[in-house]
Amino acid sequence: MNKNHRVPSNRSLSAVEVKSKFGAEFRRFSLDRSKPGRFDEFYGLLQHVHRIPNVELLVGYADVHGDLLPINNDDNYHKAISTASPLLRLFLQRKEEADYAAFGTDSLTRRKNTVLSAVLLRPDANRKKPPVIISLPRDFRPVSSIIDVDILPETHRRVRLYKHGQEKPLGFYIRDGSSVRVTAQGLEKVPGIFISRMVPGGLAESTGLLAVNDEVLEVNGIEVAGKSLDQVTDMMIANSHNLIITVKPANQRNNVVRGGGGGGTASGSSGRSSDSGASYYGYGSGGGGGGGGRAAPLPLPSSSAASSATPSHIIQNFPLGAELESDEDDEDLVIEAGGEAEPIRRAPSLPRYEPHLDLRRGPSPANGALPASGSGGSLSSGLPASATPSPDKAAERRSLEEDGTVITL
Amino acid sequence: MKRFRRHGQESQRDRLKQELFQFNKTVEHGFPHQPSALSFSPSLQLLAIGTHSGAIKLYGAPGVEFMGLHDENAAVTQVHFLPQQVELVTLLEDNSLHMWTLRAHQGLSELLEIGRFTLTGPPGAFPNVTRVTAVLAHSLGELLLLGTEGGHVFIVEVPGFRELEERNISLDQVANSVPEDYIGRRNLEHVEALQENPVDPNQVVIGYGRGLMVIWDLEKQCALQHIPATQQLESVWWTEDGRHLISSHSDGSYCRWAVGEGDESDEEEKSDIPYGHFPCKAITKIIQLPTQQGPPFLLFSGGMPRASYGDRHCITVIHGKTQIALDFTSRIIDFFVIKDGPQHTGDPSALVVLVEEELVVIDLQTDGWPVIQTPYLVPLHCSAITCSHHVSAIPLKLWERILATGDLQQTHYSKKPWPITGGQNLAPDPPQRDLLLTGHEDGTVRFWDASGVCLHPMYKLSTAGVFHTDTDPNDNMNQSTEGEWPLFRKVGCFDPYSDDPRLGVQKIHLCKYSGYLTVAGTAGQILVLELNDEAAEQTVEAKVVDLLQGQEGFRWKGHTRLDVREEPVLFPPGFQPFALVQCQPPAVITALNLHSEWKLVAFGTSHGFGLYDYQQKNSVLVKCTLNPSDQLAMEGPLSRVKSIKKSLRQSFRRIRRSRVSLRKHHVNNAAKLQEANARLEAELAEMELAPVQRKIEARSSDDSFTGLVRTLYFADTFLSDSSHNTPSLWAGTNGGCVFAYMLRIPPMEHRAEEGVAAQPAKEIQLMHRAPVVGIVVLDGHGAPLPEPLEVAHDLARSPDMQGSHHLLVVSEEQFKVFTLPKVSAKMKLKLTAIDGSRVRRVGVSWFSSSRTEDYGESGLVVLTNQGDLHVVSLPHVKMQVHYPCVRKEDVSGIASCVFTKHGQGFYLISPSEFERFSLSTRFVVEPRCLVEPPLHSAASQRRRQLDGASSPHRHVSTAAASLPSQPPPPLANLPVCPSPSRNPRQDAEDAEVLQEIQKSLEGDQTLTMENNVKSAVA
Repeated sequence: MNKNHRVPSNRSLSAVEVKSKFGAEFRRFSLDRSKPGRFDEFYGLLQHVHRIPNVELLVGYADVHGDLLPINNDDNYHKAISTASPLLRLFLQRKEEADYAAFGTDSLTRRKNTVLSAVLLRPDANRKKPPVIISLPRDFRPVSSIIDVDILPETHRRVRLYKHGQEKPLGFYIRDGSSVRVTAQGLEKVPGIFISRMVPGGLAESTGLLAVNDEVLEVNGIEVAGKSLDQVTDMMIANSHNLIITVKPANQRNNVVRGGGGGGTASGSSGRSSDSGASYYGYGSGGGGGGGGRAAPLPLPSSSAASSATPSHIIQNFPLGAELESDEDDEDLVIEAGGEAEPIRRAPSLPRYEPHLDLRRGPSPANGALPASGSGGSLSSGLPASATPSPDKAAERRSLEEDGTVITL
Repeated sequence: MKRFRRHGQESQRDRLKQELFQFNKTVEHGFPHQPSALSFSPSLQLLAIGTHSGAIKLYGAPGVEFMGLHDENAAVTQVHFLPQQVELVTLLEDNSLHMWTLRAHQGLSELLEIGRFTLTGPPGAFPNVTRVTAVLAHSLGELLLLGTEGGHVFIVEVPGFRELEERNISLDQVANSVPEDYIGRRNLEHVEALQENPVDPNQVVIGYGRGLMVIWDLEKQCALQHIPATQQLESVWWTEDGRHLISSHSDGSYCRWAVGEGDESDEEEKSDIPYGHFPCKAITKIIQLPTQQGPPFLLFSGGMPRASYGDRHCITVIHGKTQIALDFTSRIIDFFVIKDGPQHTGDPSALVVLVEEELVVIDLQTDGWPVIQTPYLVPLHCSAITCSHHVSAIPLKLWERILATGDLQQTHYSKKPWPITGGQNLAPDPPQRDLLLTGHEDGTVRFWDASGVCLHPMYKLSTAGVFHTDTDPNDNMNQSTEGEWPLFRKVGCFDPYSDDPRLGVQKIHLCKYSGYLTVAGTAGQILVLELNDEAAEQTVEAKVVDLLQGQEGFRWKGHTRLDVREEPVLFPPGFQPFALVQCQPPAVITALNLHSEWKLVAFGTSHGFGLYDYQQKNSVLVKCTLNPSDQLAMEGPLSRVKSIKKSLRQSFRRIRRSRVSLRKHHVNNAAKLQEANARLEAELAEMELAPVQRKIEARSSDDSFTGLVRTLYFADTFLSDSSHNTPSLWAGTNGGCVFAYMLRIPPMEHRAEEGVAAQPAKEIQLMHRAPVVGIVVLDGHGAPLPEPLEVAHDLARSPDMQGSHHLLVVSEEQFKVFTLPKVSAKMKLKLTAIDGSRVRRVGVSWFSSSRTEDYGESGLVVLTNQGDLHVVSLPHVKMQVHYPCVRKEDVSGIASCVFTKHGQGFYLISPSEFERFSLSTRFVVEPRCLVEPPLHSAASQRRRQLDGASSPHRHVSTAAASLPSQPPPPLANLPVCPSPSRNPRQDAEDAEVLQEIQKSLEGDQTLTMENNVKSAVA
């Protein structure tokens, strides 16, 4: 690493020197600082110069502080180009071999000798004790959580049950009931909808976010007052891919205590759910590591902070435009004649990083195709094996359902 | 600035919406459910029917109909027109009396309730003292006589319902004068009948339940004659000459009594038990009518020998030597006879019988007494309706051919015109010819003229002839054997018993341009039929299609396939089957479509779908959609229903045979009702203890019936590339899956030889997995593609093939627009996620603006499971308007809904009635009619007008203004209905003057009223 490069020169004002490293190989080339182009072009260029056209890559660069930061969209690509001084050091990894632990603050400086060398020189080396892994924002798998704590009355709780690509049933029942309201005329009995039963092992029960006899006030931001049990049932099922229920918990003792503001304090309630949480996150223990074991909002990368700061929005925890905040519709599956299944996307502009929640399970399926049965954590192609559901899973699901007589009409 | 402009645009859109959409329930077609009372006004020529649910319906000439609904949810037990007036009185089960009138408003009559009344007895009296059992509307139109369960007769002045206490005929007054030797004098029981002497309005006969009849003079307030019948009385009839009374009794006898004033002969003149020897059932009503020449007509209901024919519903007609027992298929409610002549006093011309399930009119002047076909009140449900299909704007040619074949079927009807002629139909001619096709459980398809207010039967098609069935289809109607006595004649067409439920029609599709019809049924049968004006004998070859496609491990547990007749079958003129497909497994057909230009039929069941080429008679495509783990789909839907139905049928038959005859007046009705209510409450309480729960779970591909095919659609569109459009077939399933097939149709000249090919092109799995209920392709302008052959007949603009097409998929939960040929989501509208309602029925309609002739737009019409109607704009899928339409509990009503192509629709409000509604401002079919009051009742008209001016309707007024029946002042001669030429100011002035007259009269009102009554009676 030649110190001379750090001296700004006339040449460097217009051109950025790039040193790209993939495995043990280096490539050097330059880019025009004023016209960096788009990320996908850049990505293609990298594949080209390394002569690895069909390899899925994770691109990282060393920033001025020596942190290894990812390049995966136009924004952080431009940021990387503009801050390069003047050399831009790139580290490419095979996607399936990528080590997410490498990214983050101080990642390069702190463990320069160990981690970087491990990443760059011995990508396949076995590490005895993996550090805390923080994945890319788009690779966060949304998990069930309590949200909007800052805008709701303390007696209410807004719960998001995120059932994306999971085999776990939502697992609860609702019933008609009546609740007592305080009005000008005194106490008044009004009809309401209540949670009547939990299915052991279901999402609702295992996260501990809902409890029997909680009164349902809203479903995905829409009040249920005046709606029939059947209507509320249909609303919940229609939103089942991303169900947000506002409840008035029957047990008011565990209410969220409002802290210094911001979403982070929601974790105040996490103690309750952490008991059962471990098994829930078990399937990809490394996967959602940041939020693992806690039913709390995930730590967010700074890029999404702006969008999460708008409190009026119900869905706070995920950047608005991010593809992982899936409107399920973008994932209707279309199979063209003779071709492969592909999920429909509204804006297929960026090459996508494929999800890697099951990092330990070897290569992920090819681009968005039907996940092979068994890879439960696939994020974007969230169809649970639509064509050929594996029988063992069906059996498993059935076993989760509680037996006993229930009137379901 | 921008916001301001947008606001302007929105209000413009709002205005446009008002011009395009408007919701009205316009008319009820069919036969009222559970009719309970009948009346006829000879002077108005109107028929009135009251129902169990408290509705009152009036019918006159075809197209003249009115409907009213009592606020009380109680059955109408009696209806009486006030003679020579436009008022009628109804008696409800809760003992309340209601006064209705036909009031003219802006040149149209409307039925209004103008008063209500409940008899109040003396304090402390038993409630049965005032429980009304008999009503007589006196011929002068001023009095109402009310006989009660306690045996009293109350006299009330109408229409104001003022009790004339001093004139009441109490039981004591009557009992005192009863001859000592009359055995039942201790207890005369309730008043069973009240009749007026046709020649002397002062005389009325009061018939008591015990049998005694008393002729009472209203003026002198005394009994004139006692007629000591000893059998339980059922009805009394006063012959037209006023000289005889005929009474009918519960033992099946009737007696004729001479009416002699002052003559105390209590001698029974003639008594007869017409079906005698063995015990007979009661004769519930008897009438005798003279003819100008020849013997009189005697008609009575009931009286059948208990043991042999106790379960029959019969009316016996005796005329000279002819005697026939008309055998109806359901219980007789009431009947009357229409008489000829300008004053309706001539020979009897028609017998009108209201039975529980239909109205039958019999021509008494033609030999053989044939039935006159009813232009309204048609029994839609002669066999249960299983599906319906509406076709708008039928070309005249096809219309006439259907009419002609229909006429050939109606040879046994009388040629006489419809005898009920009251009122004028002022509705404009229907804008187009519309057909409503109903499929029935017995395998018939009925064609109804749905263009106007009267749903008129046109043609009936039976599909049963193609198959071997267990029973001879004619078995039911020809039960009578040779030489049987009495001579029965089956009348009416209500026949609810279908012996092979597999014949049931489930889906219908008619191409109005080519006359091809396809009908699909419960046992997986699909018939393709063609209209032929000649009878033809032909063999229908069946093509069996295996929808399971060799998938193993399935065993169909439902019904078997229908057996097809292998020998040639003679088909009458009309729609004749020429091709038949039978699905294997023979599950019910759930989707059907026909493309007459390509000569293809697509069909689907819960197992898959197929495409059939009916020109070459071969199967083009079979696709199995069944989920391998879905065992429930192999259960025949009929297996359970069948047994329920069977047991129901048996219990019905048991009831019919039971010896218990229904007494007219249930003394303990109230007690029974209370008991039932208590039981219901207990059940409800029980339900509260074990609350209903609903499972919240995302849909999964493993759910049952995900493979059920919900919709099939043909489109000529861009399926593979954006430059060449090709024919295509689209199918949507219950599991949210859409399959698209590209079709290769040989050119016309080689169509007969070259095969049609289908090749899979696309498959879309909706992520939310809700059932796909509709698929529409929108052309480059965003308009739905036209129907096949529509463009060829110059009836539609050819679709825009330049711009890009869009695919609209309607699922139960949302509306979604995709681009074509590359399928990607473009727009969507969520329904269930927002308000919890789901799409049940969907159709595409054209809405024309009411303001400008040339503007119109297409829209999706949607009925949700909450019973709400929505209009969704195309192609932008934006919610436009919504209206509540059906009660959400009325699941079968919602399921039965069909939409027309012009924003109207029909749904069943009972098994026998369609409600017609309109969402369009331009296409509204509703009754518009005018009933003129009878000419010689000017006085009552005048009074009615005054009433109307002084107080709104529905007053219980004991101070109803009434005028002496002197020559009317000139002002009061005004017509009731303002003629179009009159100017409104004149009207207002008239009203003022009339009010003044009324005020001046109110001073000496009581006096006037008494005068009035006296002069009326005199």
